[in-house]
Amino acid sequence: MRRTLLVRGLVAGLLALLVIPASAMAQDAPIPIADVKGELDNTWVIVAAALVFFMQAGFALLEIGMSRGKNAGAGIAKILVNFAIISIVWWAVGFGIAFGGTGKWIGDSGWFFQFGRDVGGEPADNGTAAFFIFQFMFAAVSLAIVWGTTLERIKFIAYPIFAIVFGAIIYPLIAHWGFGGGLFATFGNGVQDFAGSSVVHLTGATAAFAACLLLGPRKGKYGADGKPRAIPGHNMPLVGLGVIILWLGWFGFNGGSTLGTSDNAFASVVSVTNLGAAGGVIGAVIALGLTLKKMDVGMIGNGAIAGLVAITAPSGYVEFWAAPIIGLVGGLIVVFGVLAIDKLIDDPIGATSAHGLAGIWGTLACGIFASPRLVESVGIGDPGLWYSGSFKQLGYQALAVIIVFAVVFILSYLTFFIIKKTVGLRVSDQEEDAGLDISEHGMYGYPEQFIPAPELIGYGAAPTTKEATA
Amino acid sequence: MKMVVAYIRHEAFEPIRTELLELGFPSISVTEVKGSGRQRGITEHYRGATVTNYLRPKIKLECVVAAGDVGTVVDTVLKHARTGAVGDGKVFILPVEESYRIRTGESGDETLQLHPDASSENG
Repeated sequence: MRRTLLVRGLVAGLLALLVIPASAMAQDAPIPIADVKGELDNTWVIVAAALVFFMQAGFALLEIGMSRGKNAGAGIAKILVNFAIISIVWWAVGFGIAFGGTGKWIGDSGWFFQFGRDVGGEPADNGTAAFFIFQFMFAAVSLAIVWGTTLERIKFIAYPIFAIVFGAIIYPLIAHWGFGGGLFATFGNGVQDFAGSSVVHLTGATAAFAACLLLGPRKGKYGADGKPRAIPGHNMPLVGLGVIILWLGWFGFNGGSTLGTSDNAFASVVSVTNLGAAGGVIGAVIALGLTLKKMDVGMIGNGAIAGLVAITAPSGYVEFWAAPIIGLVGGLIVVFGVLAIDKLIDDPIGATSAHGLAGIWGTLACGIFASPRLVESVGIGDPGLWYSGSFKQLGYQALAVIIVFAVVFILSYLTFFIIKKTVGLRVSDQEEDAGLDISEHGMYGYPEQFIPAPELIGYGAAPTTKEATA
Repeated sequence: MKMVVAYIRHEAFEPIRTELLELGFPSISVTEVKGSGRQRGITEHYRGATVTNYLRPKIKLECVVAAGDVGTVVDTVLKHARTGAVGDGKVFILPVEESYRIRTGESGDETLQLHPDASSENG
């Protein structure tokens, strides 16, 4: 009885909340429909930015789960510090280079972003701010991808140094060429990369590849015979949770790249994104059936990510039917890619395959599957091979991939090389054996697992119960 | 029959294990232990507060062999476990009165290690 009263009271209160502002508003002048549309667009972009921010949690869990327990805490410090540094760098410099005007090479305005300040010839307003924070989340995702190959052996000091260079120069340069109307817009009718298979994922994975080459493998990764050995991560459920959070975040990542709600394109992009991810999982399962004959949990997770990375560039350009195919090929690529790359370099979470190879495939897939209807609606590039029978767009897509890889690899390798020669890139053998948690951070991620039981403070057996003593 | 008990560093285990296998001593037991000796402890910091551990993790390796094989096993342990720094560990040799293989009920040296010259049917 009391409960029904409570429910009734709550319902009445909520109704009152809904009714009062509406009646108050009715007396004001009507709001122009264009303003409502602009606010709706900004709302969606900000919601999408929040979803993309949540991907940081996904990367943290994925990387921590794939690391050994002695390196669990380090993953949290890394994500937080990198995100904080690139936040500031993007605000000060990165956004200006990427989006301050549509010059061929770099932007030339928008430094130290602020309302009213000039960004590409227009004073920054609420819409520009939404764009600023949304695009920042992309830069942060790209940076998070970089560290995937460096787990369990990199020095903490490398993070802030590389984050500054990456956030100020490397990512903004590629973002300007791919998203900001720079170099890639001059290839034919433009290179199609809707949400950044190349700009975000290939960029991050290429820097990760450069870091991995200079770091070398983890101790014991390769046996005396040179064959790769498994170094199992410590928590597969964390890996799974990380993948699912990334999957969720991707609805904002691709869906938000519509930068608005016009024509319901964002709903289409979100649906296509989910179909791509589904294709990726199925592709990985098929590839596992053909190779390992075991349904490797981490590989299935990699398949989901590869499907999502692959559908990122085409998500605004392809019809629904093409999405599972693009994802499926991504899932196949990632399994064979991880197995092949593992023989050469030590990439603990498969970032070079899931973000690199699948990113290349996704960018090329635009040149194959882009549909005339959507190409016209977005207004970039030409329809793909399937519809047009022409290799022209595919060629421009390939050119963009080569440029992104070459430029990012050279700049990243140079930066990591300087870090290696100055402050050092890799911890000592002994520190690596002990784990980054204790050697770099002075504490354990799982103290109860590492501090000897007799030395844990405040521990004891539970008091005996009546049942057990009877 | 003797039991060789060795307290070693984690990283010393793999080369010792590999060489013992090559020499025909596959039967070992391994326990993760914590202990203290002349090696000093470590201090951790949790949001400013510190905690010191004096007990260090080690691997305890046990291996029962015929009296004549003790030297071979001990040499292998010493060769791979020695870094020269404090904390390399210790080796103890204990007498063993009798041993039985549960599957067959055999007893004595028969039940001990598989030497390279022993027939593979035991494996």
